[in-house]
Amino acid sequence: MTTAAPNYELLQQEGLETSLLEISMGPHHPSTHGVFRMDVKLDGETVVELRPVFGYLHRNHEKLAENMTYLSSMPFTDRLDYFNSMTNNWAYALAAEKLIEVEVPERAEYLRVIMAELTRLVNHVTLVGFFVNDLGALGTPLMYAFREREKILDLFEQASGARMMCNYFRFGGLRNDVPEGWLDRTRELVDRFPAFLDEYEQLLCENEIILSRTQGVGNLSRELAVNAGITGPMLRASGVNYDLRKVDAYGIYDRFKFRVPYTDGDTGDCYDRFMIRMLEMRESVAILKQALADIPEGDIIGKVSKVFKPKPAEAYGRIEGPKGELGFYLIADGTTKPYRYRVRPPSLINLTVLRDMCLGGKIADACIILGSIDIVLGEVDR
Amino acid sequence: MTTENLNAGMDLDDTTRSELERAGVIVSKVDFLYNWARGGSVWPLTFGLACCAIEMIASATSRFDISRFGSEVFRPTPRQADLMIVSGTVTKKMAPQVVRIYNQMPEPKWVIAMGACAISGGPFKQGYNVLKGIDRYIPVDVYLPGCPPRPEAVLQSLNYLQEKIRGMKIEDDPAFTKGRRQYPVPRFTGTDLEPPFNPEVWSPPENPNAQPDEPCESKEEASV
Ligand code: SF4
Repeated sequence: MTTAAPNYELLQQEGLETSLLEISMGPHHPSTHGVFRMDVKLDGETVVELRPVFGYLHRNHEKLAENMTYLSSMPFTDRLDYFNSMTNNWAYALAAEKLIEVEVPERAEYLRVIMAELTRLVNHVTLVGFFVNDLGALGTPLMYAFREREKILDLFEQASGARMMCNYFRFGGLRNDVPEGWLDRTRELVDRFPAFLDEYEQLLCENEIILSRTQGVGNLSRELAVNAGITGPMLRASGVNYDLRKVDAYGIYDRFKFRVPYTDGDTGDCYDRFMIRMLEMRESVAILKQALADIPEGDIIGKVSKVFKPKPAEAYGRIEGPKGELGFYLIADGTTKPYRYRVRPPSLINLTVLRDMCLGGKIADACIILGSIDIVLGEVDR
Repeated sequence: MTTENLNAGMDLDDTTRSELERAGVIVSKVDFLYNWARGGSVWPLTFGLACCAIEMIASATSRFDISRFGSEVFRPTPRQADLMIVSGTVTKKMAPQVVRIYNQMPEPKWVIAMGACAISGGPFKQGYNVLKGIDRYIPVDVYLPGCPPRPEAVLQSLNYLQEKIRGMKIEDDPAFTKGRRQYPVPRFTGTDLEPPFNPEVWSPPENPNAQPDEPCESKEEASV
C-alpha cells in the first residue's frame, strides 16, 4: 500500500557533497489549512520523505460525547468539519435514528436534502477558492468564493439562527421549520448559482497556470485509492463510480435525478480532483431544483420521546459528506449516554495517502496536493 | 483627518491655531501622531487555529472588508505582524507554538483572543487536551466572545483595540521601555503543560470554590 521513495542517491561530485534538507512545514503555515505539520525531507526541491504530524487540534470530541446525552453532542458535531455543519448533523442524526424507531416526516426529509446540498455548494466553492489560493492566486478567487458562501450562509442563518454552527437537525427531523419566504429566496439563489459557476469555470478551468501546475501532479491510482479507503470526490477523481447518495440512497436521494461525475482514467491528479468538485456543484444545483420544486407542507419532526434512551444496540450511520463518507458509530448501553461514540472522518482517511502522492514531486506541489485533498483539521484531529 | 483632530489635547486657542496653520505649522503631540498611525495600520498575523479562523477570513473578504479599518494586510510571518488573533481552540499540543510565535513578533504587538475557546476553552473546556484560555501564557488585549463570533464582531474587536491604542503613552510603550516582550514557552509533556500558567500574566482566581482545572472524569471512573 505504500509507495517506495524514488531511488535516491546522494549527488556526489568531485569534492562536492550534497545532503538532504529536512524542514518542518507547519503547524503555523498559511497553506496547511489549519494546524497541520509535515516533516519533509528534500533533495534540492524534490520531496524524498514526508511525514504528516497532526493532533494539534485534538479536542476530545469522542470522549466528551461519551459523557453527555445523545442530543447534547449535536452542537459538537457542528465543530467537527466546520464548513459543513449541516451534513455533520445529518450523519449523526442518521446514526441515532437507527437506534430508535422513528419516522422522519416528508417535509423534514426534503429540507435535509436541501440543507445538505447547500452545504456541499459552500464546501466546494470555498475549497476551490483555497485551492487556487495555494496555487498562488492570492485573494481574488477566494473573494469570489466567499461572496457566494455568504449568500448561502444568510439562508442558513435565517433557518437556524447561526451562520456556521447551525445545530439544526434533531433525531427524527429538524429543530424548526424554515421561516416564511425562505424557500423562495433559496429558489432564487439556486437559479442564479449556475451563472456564477459559469463565471468561475471560465476564469479557472482553462487557466494556463492552473493547468500546468495541477495536471500530472499528485497522481493517485485507482487501486491505491480503493485500498486506502479513500471516499468522496477524491475517490471519484481516481476513476471509481461510488457515491453513497446512489449506493445507500439514504434519506430520499432515490427520488432525485442526478449524475455522479467521475473520471474514466486509472489515476487522478490534482486537476481531476478540482474538476470533480466543479462538476459536483452543478449536480447539487440540479438536486436542489428538484427538491425545491417538490417540497410538501407538513410536520417538521417525527414522534420522538423527550428523553432519548435507546435500548442496547449498535448503529452506524453514514452519508456522502462533501469531503467523503462521514460516518458515526454508536454503541448504546440502555442509558441516556452512548457507551461508545466514534466518528469516521473522511478528511483523516483521505489524508493517509498524502505521502504516496507527494513523494518524488516538488515541495511547492505538496501544498497543492494537500489543498486538493480537502482536509479540515477539526475533523482530522477531532 | 482634520486639523482639529490633530490638535487633540493641545492647549491652543482657535486664533493661534489658524495663524499657525496659515504659516504651514501644525502643532500636535508625538503620542497622538504615533497612535494614530499605529491604530490605522494594525497588521494581523495569518494564524488560524480552528473554526473561528474561518470567520476571521470571512471578515477579510469583500462583504465585511477589514481593510476599511486598515488591517487587510494579513502577514504570514510573525516578524511583520502587529496583531495576533488567536482564532480557535488552543490545545495543549499547540500552546507552545502559539507562545513561540508570539515571542517572535516585534513590538508593538497586541493579541485578540477570538472565540470562547481561546478565552476559556469554550465548549471543549471539559476536555483533557484543551488549554483553558490563552491568557494563561500571553497577555490578551481584547477578548472577543462568541462561538464563532460573527465577522462584524471581529471588526468591533478591532475597533476596541484601536481605541486602546489611541490611549497609549509613548513613555510606557514596551517597545521603548522593556524591549521585545517574550514569555517562557511552556513544554508539552504528553499529558499536560509545564508550567501550567505563566505567573507574569495570569494567576489562578482567588475564589476558593473555583476549580478551573478540575479534570474531566471519565465514565469508567464515575461508575466504579
Ligand atoms: S469558539 Fe466555537 S467556533 Fe471558535 S474555535 Fe471554539 S468551538 Fe470553534
